[in-house]
Amino acid sequence: MPRIGVFVCQCGNNIESTVETKEVAEEMEKLPGVVYTCSYKFMCSSPGQDMFKKAIEENNLDGVVVSACSPHMHEKTFRKASEKAGINPYKCEIANIREQCSWVHPDKTKAVGTAKSVDLTRMVIERLKKNRPLKTINIPVNKRALVIGGGIAGIQAALDIAEGGREVILVEREPSIGGNMAKLSETFPTMDCSQCILTPKMVEAELHDNIKIYTYSEVEKVDGYIGNFSVRIRRKAKYVDEEKCTGCGACWEKCPFKSDSEFEMGLNKRKVIYTPFPQAVPNVPVIDAPNCPKIQKDKCGLCAKVCGPQCIDFEQEDKILTEEVGAIVVATGYQLMPNERFGEYGYGRIKDVISGMQFERLASASGPTGGKIQRPSDGKEPGSVVFIQCVGSRDEAKGVSYCSKVCCMYTAKHTMLYRHKVHDGQAYVFYMDIRSGGKRYEEFVRRAIEHDDAMYLRGRVSRVYERDGKIIVQGADTLSASQVEIEADMVVLATAIVSRTSAATVAKTLGIAYDKHGFYNEYHPKMKPVETVTAGIFLAGTCMGPMDIPESVMMGSASASKILALFSSDEMAREPITAHVNAMTCNACWDCVTACPYTAIDKEEVKDRKGNTVRWQAQVNPGLCQGCGVCVAACRSKAVDLAGYTDEQVYAAINAF
Amino acid sequence: MKIPYYPGCTLSTTAKPFDTSARAAAVALGFEMEELKQWNCCGAGFPLTPDNIIGLTAPTKVLANARKEGDTVTTLCSVCYNVLKRTNKVVRDDKEKRRIITDFIEEEYDGSLDVLHFFEVLRDKVGFDKVKAAVKRPLTGIKAGAYYGCMLLRPFEDMGIDNCEAPTVFEDLLEAIGCEPVDFPDKIECCGAHMAMGREDIVEKLSGNVMQSAVGRGAEVIVTSCPLCQYNLEKSQPAMAAGTAGYRPVPIVYFTQLLGYALGQDETTLGFESNAMDVRPLLKEKGV
Repeated sequence: MPRIGVFVCQCGNNIESTVETKEVAEEMEKLPGVVYTCSYKFMCSSPGQDMFKKAIEENNLDGVVVSACSPHMHEKTFRKASEKAGINPYKCEIANIREQCSWVHPDKTKAVGTAKSVDLTRMVIERLKKNRPLKTINIPVNKRALVIGGGIAGIQAALDIAEGGREVILVEREPSIGGNMAKLSETFPTMDCSQCILTPKMVEAELHDNIKIYTYSEVEKVDGYIGNFSVRIRRKAKYVDEEKCTGCGACWEKCPFKSDSEFEMGLNKRKVIYTPFPQAVPNVPVIDAPNCPKIQKDKCGLCAKVCGPQCIDFEQEDKILTEEVGAIVVATGYQLMPNERFGEYGYGRIKDVISGMQFERLASASGPTGGKIQRPSDGKEPGSVVFIQCVGSRDEAKGVSYCSKVCCMYTAKHTMLYRHKVHDGQAYVFYMDIRSGGKRYEEFVRRAIEHDDAMYLRGRVSRVYERDGKIIVQGADTLSASQVEIEADMVVLATAIVSRTSAATVAKTLGIAYDKHGFYNEYHPKMKPVETVTAGIFLAGTCMGPMDIPESVMMGSASASKILALFSSDEMAREPITAHVNAMTCNACWDCVTACPYTAIDKEEVKDRKGNTVRWQAQVNPGLCQGCGVCVAACRSKAVDLAGYTDEQVYAAINAF
Repeated sequence: MKIPYYPGCTLSTTAKPFDTSARAAAVALGFEMEELKQWNCCGAGFPLTPDNIIGLTAPTKVLANARKEGDTVTTLCSVCYNVLKRTNKVVRDDKEKRRIITDFIEEEYDGSLDVLHFFEVLRDKVGFDKVKAAVKRPLTGIKAGAYYGCMLLRPFEDMGIDNCEAPTVFEDLLEAIGCEPVDFPDKIECCGAHMAMGREDIVEKLSGNVMQSAVGRGAEVIVTSCPLCQYNLEKSQPAMAAGTAGYRPVPIVYFTQLLGYALGQDETTLGFESNAMDVRPLLKEKGV
């Protein structure tokens, strides 16, 4: 006969107001196997826990039910306490009589709440009788980390993990690390030069003994589970031997062919053999193969002739390599919504309508104009510039529903940069709201308005068109309830931040969740902001939603700290709530394999002594299994069972209802 | 090929040239515009409130009658097109409204028609290449402003004929018949529409903007697909002439008139004489 204790929590008044907890406890006393019951004001408080442990020890209990809040809240707490009191933690179960009972039945006579609590608790008691003690699973941990994306978030994560003494592999798809931050001119609200604060970190990452950087590379496949991932990386052909290259630049100086520079946002040309920008890390050029006549038609080859160390190899092919790591940081960043979508603003048709990122390049000292604000059409200095905010953001009809978070700030910054470089220029800003929440952010915007005379107009722009060599911006000023028409020399669009086009593909490769906008989902928006639903994979930066540089850096560091904690011991404990396949009844239909959202089920051959395949069966990998139970529901031959939620337990609970 | 055709009331009265020239152009391109056996006015305006269901009865009746004759219906007037296409969508997607309307008009209709504009017939069924090949009198050197107006493209979700901010279908057709299309910023703005009844000052301002915009970009003729646009732009010209020194009146023609002319159709079907500003001197001047 089991010896079960039942602890009913009043949760102050949260439960007690609609549930007579004393009565619930008394009712439970009548059940066979229940030897101890009580009702208490706050079970989770320190005195509550002490009472709980004492009751277990004094009454020699071998199983406990706590009728309280949701197991999401305090299951861990009570299981730890049971363990301390000497019973297996999985012999401690929670009956949820708060979220699913007292909170949703406002009946103050307590009749409904009490009756339902009695039912719920009884069900859990019957379930508990079928519980088996479970042991946590220990998994070995491979103490190397992979960081995908070499922007500021990825660099920060890599540096912090490396500083913690662990090896890091940093994979970046572009020829150089640096990401979007490398393109920015100055950063709000301090007006630090973006490259000046970023490039030291890039160099630090390059020189760090624990960091291996693979640029021009992409993660193609991820197998395995937390602590034991196996990652396939494609290193795209650079046509340059990285080992031999000294970064002297002779090749790109001599290269006669040009193509639009991605780094300069199309405002400038670059050579076909190129490094994206002077501070590139690694400082090794790549050949843009589709545009290279040598590679396409075997004409030219000048770069190879002038290369001193002879490191150009037109025959080079993509390399595939496999790395074993224990944890992954996803920091793949963002892109901007294509401006062409907004025909009313004339982007793509009117030369002097540019994007915010293009303005960053114009204002950058290392940009195509050397930091002079010159309009693209004729190189003239614009006497007036209109900045249009929320292009695509907060626009359900044509763009995305969310706010892109950083545009208010960078537009204010743009007006200042413009004014600092064109002293008598006039900046106009069309805005919906000014969202400048952040340390010293509001003051920054005020400075743009009061000190640098940016004219802020609260309203939307309906149309941008050319007339007599001027760009006419028609819009509304809702504060003066009037229509405005501004003759501008240049228009800058603050375009929405959107997820990368490859976001969904990458998410599927990694097995992490993403939302309808393609941003990756964190495990919990408040309490687990850098974890994903796949254990061992963490997020950093704008791949999870629009954010500014400080936030990206924070996430990078936060992910790193999680990983260092994970790497702090040789083995890690996992919840034993995993699925198990009964080999005798599995008929290898693979429905469970299809259903498993974590790719945790493998197809396994069963061989006889001679090594001939006799049959196949499904096999659950406990390292990957998250205990969701989808396979149990999918299995037609009832061959899969979930530890802690066995059929026996579930039916016992249902029958007790 | 016979195409079920809904002329609408304006094309049967004041905008007759639009109708006759389109029919002539169709013949030249090897198909026939077959007028619906039974039709009524479309209502000349899509109801602006969602509970105005009575405003949907007339166009639904048109669609129900058209459905008896085939699975598509083609129209020329931008307003008819707008009303029919949007009504069709409501009847197709909103079962409750469909029930009320069909009970009222005592006709069964489920929204299964494909409502086409003549542009779509030329672009998607005939093909602009074929139009270009059929041209006998290319309008080389004619700077034509393609004036879409507001009804043809908006609301984009309902109409979908082309990108409503940066459309090209009209220019593509003009290019096919040899014109030099003039892109002007106001090509998708409203001309003032039915404000012509009582608030001529508004029409004068809006149509004036359109004219200024087109003429400023060098348009010698403005081409439209809407009788109301045609009327308003013509009406705005005296005021333009009074306000602008050396202003030369600009002919406002239907696209089918130029199309029919380019395809070598007889001028009696084109109705150039009924336009307030005659386009023929311009054609002669350019030698086309």
